[in-house]
Amino acid sequence: MPDIQSYTMNFGPQHPAAHGVLRLILEMEGEVIRRVDPHVGLLHRATEKLAENKPYNHSIGYMDRLDYVSMMCNEHAYVMAIEKLAGVTPPVRAQYIRVMFDELTRLSNHLLWLGAHGLDIGAMTVFLYAFREREDIMDIYEAVSGARMHATYYRPGGVYRDLPDQMPKYEHSKWRSKKEVDRLNANREGSLLDFIESFADNFPQRVAEYETLLTDNRIWKQRTVGIAEVSPERALQLGFTGPMLRGSGIEWDLRKKQPYEVYDQMDFDIPVGRNGDCYDRYLVRIEEMRQSARIIKQCVKWLRENPGPVMLDDPKIVPPRRADMKESMEALIHHFKLFTEGYVLPKGEVYAAIEQPKGEFGIYLVSDGANKPYRVKIRPAGFAHLSAMDEMLKGHMLADAVAVIGTLDIVFGEIDR
Amino acid sequence: MRFLRSYAKSLLLWELLLGMRLTLRHFFSPKVTIRYPEEKTPKSPRYRGMLVLRRYPSGEERCIACKLCEAVCPALAITIDSEMREDGTRRTTRYDIDAFKCIYCGFCEEACPVDAIVASRFTEFHFEERGQQIMTKDVMLAMGDKLEPQIAADRAIENQYR
Ligand code: SF4
Ligand code: SF4
Repeated sequence: MPDIQSYTMNFGPQHPAAHGVLRLILEMEGEVIRRVDPHVGLLHRATEKLAENKPYNHSIGYMDRLDYVSMMCNEHAYVMAIEKLAGVTPPVRAQYIRVMFDELTRLSNHLLWLGAHGLDIGAMTVFLYAFREREDIMDIYEAVSGARMHATYYRPGGVYRDLPDQMPKYEHSKWRSKKEVDRLNANREGSLLDFIESFADNFPQRVAEYETLLTDNRIWKQRTVGIAEVSPERALQLGFTGPMLRGSGIEWDLRKKQPYEVYDQMDFDIPVGRNGDCYDRYLVRIEEMRQSARIIKQCVKWLRENPGPVMLDDPKIVPPRRADMKESMEALIHHFKLFTEGYVLPKGEVYAAIEQPKGEFGIYLVSDGANKPYRVKIRPAGFAHLSAMDEMLKGHMLADAVAVIGTLDIVFGEIDR
Repeated sequence: MRFLRSYAKSLLLWELLLGMRLTLRHFFSPKVTIRYPEEKTPKSPRYRGMLVLRRYPSGEERCIACKLCEAVCPALAITIDSEMREDGTRRTTRYDIDAFKCIYCGFCEEACPVDAIVASRFTEFHFEERGQQIMTKDVMLAMGDKLEPQIAADRAIENQYR
């Protein structure tokens, strides 16, 4: 029998299963992977450097574009860092809105992950079902911020606008009878909160649908059980966070361990896995979706009962309301000042981290007392996960590479920054 | 007993049948997709689409060339030149937005003190040649005139939140 020579293979950056622009150099021995070398940097946009050249608020929009699957969470870390440095706390209502949107973002991220993970391993249907729910979340995003993805909704000192009292409705067209349009508009009759509530109420049912398709499915299990096992010790050493760490059985979640905003008043559980393989991480994320729906419902309840301001009343950081700006000279001066040179933060450095759907997402901000950050360092969750790829894939088959990429839930906007 | 049950289930492809029952049910349930160009998904009054310039009801353009939008634009997409007009008011002689640079963040609309530059609901624009992506003042004013009823209605709803 002739010896099988090991050879090197290029995976990506244009591979449909590579989730964006991942390039892997695989050293193969037959169909077994011996070494993995992930290459990063193909989506590098110098976000950190850009942020150093702009007044603080200008970079909020660029934070959306880091991890473009969990937009508002990135913004959250950034505005939290600014608030920490400025020493302000947003109003409680804004905090609830932020928590609610963080959780909606988590759902949207996990739905995309579930769909893409399923699609990579050959389950097409979940993808379509997941996008059905994702569409609702995009509608919620749009109703509140005006953009379906890159919301730019959180601001230092609160959120940009309060939740609207109306949901946009489908219009009549020749393609649909009145009855059908009414069915589409059924949950859009009330305010945005009603829409979110009906969404959160229905959501566990939807998760049950995904689970029917995947959890017990023998093909799904064959592709995920026992693949890329990571022991709890190794997961810690590799710097895992988020579901990757919890999948290995370590109960670590910033929402519980270092509660920010109003997470300490929320009632939810942290699911943990047992074996640390792809299947456990799948189960952890599925359960996280249910818990998120729970948190959303609690937020909706609170927000319904407690109207109030969503922005701080601090003219040094927050622009004045429009009506004031048009009438009061002082407000107009603040308006001009804030929109031309922004605000100045005191000298110092802060680190603000949040539990993003993928793990710990942190912003390290150094200020030298100017209206621009001196340095911004972004701590993406995915980078540590991607670095562990070699260890996780060694000895597995080529077909498992896509399963592992799926389970890592990587997005290159964030890893390459 | 449990072992037997799971063995039987596995042999009869039970979980696959459950999954197929689900997809079959969805096959007959009402569809969630829409027929795009004829039908559109609803857009909220906050929608941030194409940027346009507005006029006052008298027909006078609103923009006073204060350049706040230029200063606030994170993508540096706006370029403004200004001059004094014969009647002594300050107006732009050039107002370009590079639609490729713009990230549709809506900061310009937030910054504008006279509601001159606004993000409309209009999204279906395209360019055929390089260079057309620089939207000039004339283009944006013309679009603004066309979309004014919708823009005004949207602002009327949104003013309570801003
Ligand atoms: S929407 Fe944002 S990026 Fe676009 S022109 Fe306005 S400020 Fe600039
Ligand atoms: S559009 Fe508004 S912000 Fe921009 S220059 Fe004109 S008046 Fe000023």
